[in-house]
Amino acid sequence: MSMPFYVSPEQLMKDRADFARKGIARGRSVAVVRYADGLLFVSENPSAALHKVSEIYDRIAFAAVGRYNEFENLRIAGVRLADMRGYSYDRRDVTGRGLANAYAQTLGTIFSSGGEKPYEIEIFVAEVGDGAADDQVFRLTFDGQVVEEKDYAVMGGAADSVTTYLRERYRLGLSRDEALRLAVAALGHNDTADRTIPADDLEVAVLDRTRSQERKFKRLLPAVLRDVLGAAPADEPAQADEPAQASGPAEPAAPTRTDPSVSPGEEPPVAP
Amino acid sequence: MTDARLPDAFLTPGTSSFSDFLASVSPELLPSRRVLPPGDAAALAPHGTTIVAATFPGGVVIAGDRRATMGNVIAQRDIEKVFPADEYSAVGIAGTAGLAVEMVRLFQTELEHYEKIEGTTLSMDGKANRLSALIRNNLGMAMQGLAVVPLFAGYDLSQEIGRIFSYDVTGGRYEETAFHSVGSGSLFARGALKKLYRDDLDQGGTVTAVVQALYDAADDDSATGGPDLFRRIFPIVSVITAEGHTRLGQDEVAAVADAVVASRMQRPDGPSAPLT
Repeated sequence: MSMPFYVSPEQLMKDRADFARKGIARGRSVAVVRYADGLLFVSENPSAALHKVSEIYDRIAFAAVGRYNEFENLRIAGVRLADMRGYSYDRRDVTGRGLANAYAQTLGTIFSSGGEKPYEIEIFVAEVGDGAADDQVFRLTFDGQVVEEKDYAVMGGAADSVTTYLRERYRLGLSRDEALRLAVAALGHNDTADRTIPADDLEVAVLDRTRSQERKFKRLLPAVLRDVLGAAPADEPAQADEPAQASGPAEPAAPTRTDPSVSPGEEPPVAP
Repeated sequence: MTDARLPDAFLTPGTSSFSDFLASVSPELLPSRRVLPPGDAAALAPHGTTIVAATFPGGVVIAGDRRATMGNVIAQRDIEKVFPADEYSAVGIAGTAGLAVEMVRLFQTELEHYEKIEGTTLSMDGKANRLSALIRNNLGMAMQGLAVVPLFAGYDLSQEIGRIFSYDVTGGRYEETAFHSVGSGSLFARGALKKLYRDDLDQGGTVTAVVQALYDAADDDSATGGPDLFRRIFPIVSVITAEGHTRLGQDEVAAVADAVVASRMQRPDGPSAPLT
């Protein structure tokens, strides 16, 4: 029988967090951008069948990066939870906050339990409200942390450079097409060279509060994307006059997370 | 959502069916799992009555009267018995009103759940079969007088036609051609449609034909309500075409119903059909 080595809890958690972070960083990014009539989700996803962005309920959508089998599992759990709640109470009683809580608890428990591999995923749970002020976007990380995001948010591989790009150019009250062009340009942005992502490689969906149906989620088909993206050059969308005006703190030192408890450059705490 | 982690059942891959999932985690929420004391419960709750559906080139119309009865009493004058099941189908329900409404909610959730999990809609036959399974599970209650008999109509996107399905209490599923009717006034409504229906009617003509049929049902069946001109309560009429499900507005139905009533002032038995 071999003697187990002592590993400090700090080291253990750090190892687990590094493991999860590495897995997430391998994938491509997903961006959510708030526009005048709702929330827009854009991701680079060559597959038309395996979705990164999906509908959960009337006003709630789900987006994820990382390992497909893990987030697909959580997505299905979310649909089940929402449908069951809507069936036993009422459609209005299904909220994004409730769903985000359930996900956070699940991810947090898995992360801190010794027996399971931490999930290598990051999730957005977004809910569109009656007005722009009621929109909610929650970012959930592999360790069960929940952060409420405003206006725009990015997760996945190149999240830092994409967020920086969005921070410099985002303004309130974008139209859907402006927001789409901005987000696509941001996803193609790179520290070295910008590239244009072809419309067929994009997965785009909206939660559109102006839709007459109860279900506000809608995918934008490639034909629509080609129309919008072809209409204007992708690298000059909606240049804001005052870039930092609507995008929260304007420090030059780009913190990628909007969690106020984390100062720029510092590692986020690994457990909630 | 107060308990910490999502229960394992939620995270177990497998079924895309909401009712199957419910059966494994919260069977008490399923209408079919309720155990009733022995005896006939038919007189306990209101009953909904007549539903009519008819196809036309490019779609299908489904309509229901607004009356619910308990024995000789009118329990409700403006009950709704026709519901959209999803974007391209609708279901009208005759029988025990409370159970019927619950079953429709379950069916709607079932279709939406499948659509969200699988990322695609069920085929028209798939939807009809799921409804059949829900009805079959209710057989025990049907035998105690709490029967639910739906009429299911929808637009088949692959065949590009409107289709109608009727059911019996054992879950038997029968595809109907052209038109069909269920509920206590269904015999009279079907008789009327036999004489009025033509397969070249357009959407407006088909709507008029089903409103005529409901008028005839109300004329001869005390449990079916006719157009209520004083309270302005009119049948619910849904039209399903390639563009999806539309419930006709109150004004639209009122205009048709007013025209039908006006013509009945001249000829109370309705339009006459040629003898040969």
